[in-house]
Amino acid sequence: MTWKQVFTSSVGKKLVMGFTGIFLILFLIVHVGLNACIWANDGGEMFNKGAHFMGANWVPRILEIGLFAGLLLHIIQGLLLVFYNRSKRTVGYAINYGNRGSKWYSRSMGLLGTIILLFLILHLANFWLPNRSHQGFLLGEEINLYTTMKDVFSNILVVIVYVFGCISLGYHLAHGFQSAFKTLGIHNKRWHKSISAVGLAFSIIVPLLFAMMPLSFYFGWIN
Amino acid sequence: MQHYNMNLTLKVWRQKNKEDKGGFQNYQVKDISSEMSFLEMLDVLNEQLIRDGQDPIAFDHDCREGICGMCSLYINGKPHGDWKANTTCQLHMRAFKDGETIVIEPWRAGAFPVVKDLVVDRSAFDRIIQAGGFISVNTGNAVDGNSLPINKDAADAAFAAAMCIGCGACVAACKNASAMLFLSAKVSHLALLPQGDPERKSRVFNMVAQMDKEGFGACTNTGACEAACPKEISIANIARLNKEYLFASITAEK
Repeated sequence: MTWKQVFTSSVGKKLVMGFTGIFLILFLIVHVGLNACIWANDGGEMFNKGAHFMGANWVPRILEIGLFAGLLLHIIQGLLLVFYNRSKRTVGYAINYGNRGSKWYSRSMGLLGTIILLFLILHLANFWLPNRSHQGFLLGEEINLYTTMKDVFSNILVVIVYVFGCISLGYHLAHGFQSAFKTLGIHNKRWHKSISAVGLAFSIIVPLLFAMMPLSFYFGWIN
Repeated sequence: MQHYNMNLTLKVWRQKNKEDKGGFQNYQVKDISSEMSFLEMLDVLNEQLIRDGQDPIAFDHDCREGICGMCSLYINGKPHGDWKANTTCQLHMRAFKDGETIVIEPWRAGAFPVVKDLVVDRSAFDRIIQAGGFISVNTGNAVDGNSLPINKDAADAAFAAAMCIGCGACVAACKNASAMLFLSAKVSHLALLPQGDPERKSRVFNMVAQMDKEGFGACTNTGACEAACPKEISIANIARLNKEYLFASITAEK
């Protein structure tokens, strides 16, 4: 039972998805917490301080490499699994079992994930890339991310895309959160019940908070 | 419930052999009793086909009591038909109304190739069992059953998992054609009991490897398998299998 055998098996691939999924969920908590500083109503002072801590400090910058590694692993393994699983039923049904047997979003993780990936590319191009290139990809001086947010979210189309991205994230989490823990082996009813409840709350609250950010800028709810 | 007779249109998948492309064919059946089982209705149709000099429809069946796991059929988009916790042989015609059209398909999965019409080859399940779904016991006198205390909850959970009849409805229902519910039932059944403990690591590893080799998909926890299972095998068994696999891979010697 070598590591290679483990991680190339169908269960091993799912373990990779589960571990990276939980890692990305933890990242979302950090991301939403820091970004919530925009609602301090201080012209972005607190938010920029938080962004400065994350951007001009070696520790979070090294962790950032780990974040990208986890993200890439989740994306690549996820896409490979979608194609692997699709190939297992060569002739389809005339009538599908559909929503009678499972939730639509639990069957659409590949599609939801792809939408999130496209959103992510736009999101990185909007903020991460301009900021890091301004820093020379090292610890150079950052751009004012608060005013960048203000600029980016003055465009209604961008706001719509962001809200759509957050909705996709919500449904992706609605299945992914509890599924990740099942994949890691949580089978006891009592744990599964509480994890499902926390997962549902998480998949509503976190994407809602994220979606509120572009909306808050666009509708001028913050100064 | 009041007895009634019905006329039905059947849209049945016909396929001469493995290589044949196959396709749907429509049949009319008349005066079908609501007391009949679904398979008896097909028997009536087959008698009619034989009388007309046509090839009868091939379908799997054996005990017709809902316990052997031989019957299959994907009826109106659901394995074993619309009734919950039920096998095709125990589906009765009172589930249908006069004039209805019923679509009957075989299990669809790359690992379950169609042999003929509605019969699929499910020997992949046998090979998964051969890979580890057993315990090794030396011959000799039978040990006194009471000498091995087993926790009642564990015994009940093992029994619930052992209820699996290996019909393959889970594979048919799963969008990935994954055999994880079947596999997890077999692994859980033995992992929960002391008799299964000595081989638990090699068992889970070998059975998963065999499942992958047979060409089943990977589990994505959608829950369609659990909803379709005639024996209501819990999806919690899949999580237990994942735990067994993770634990076995972490603690493996080499």
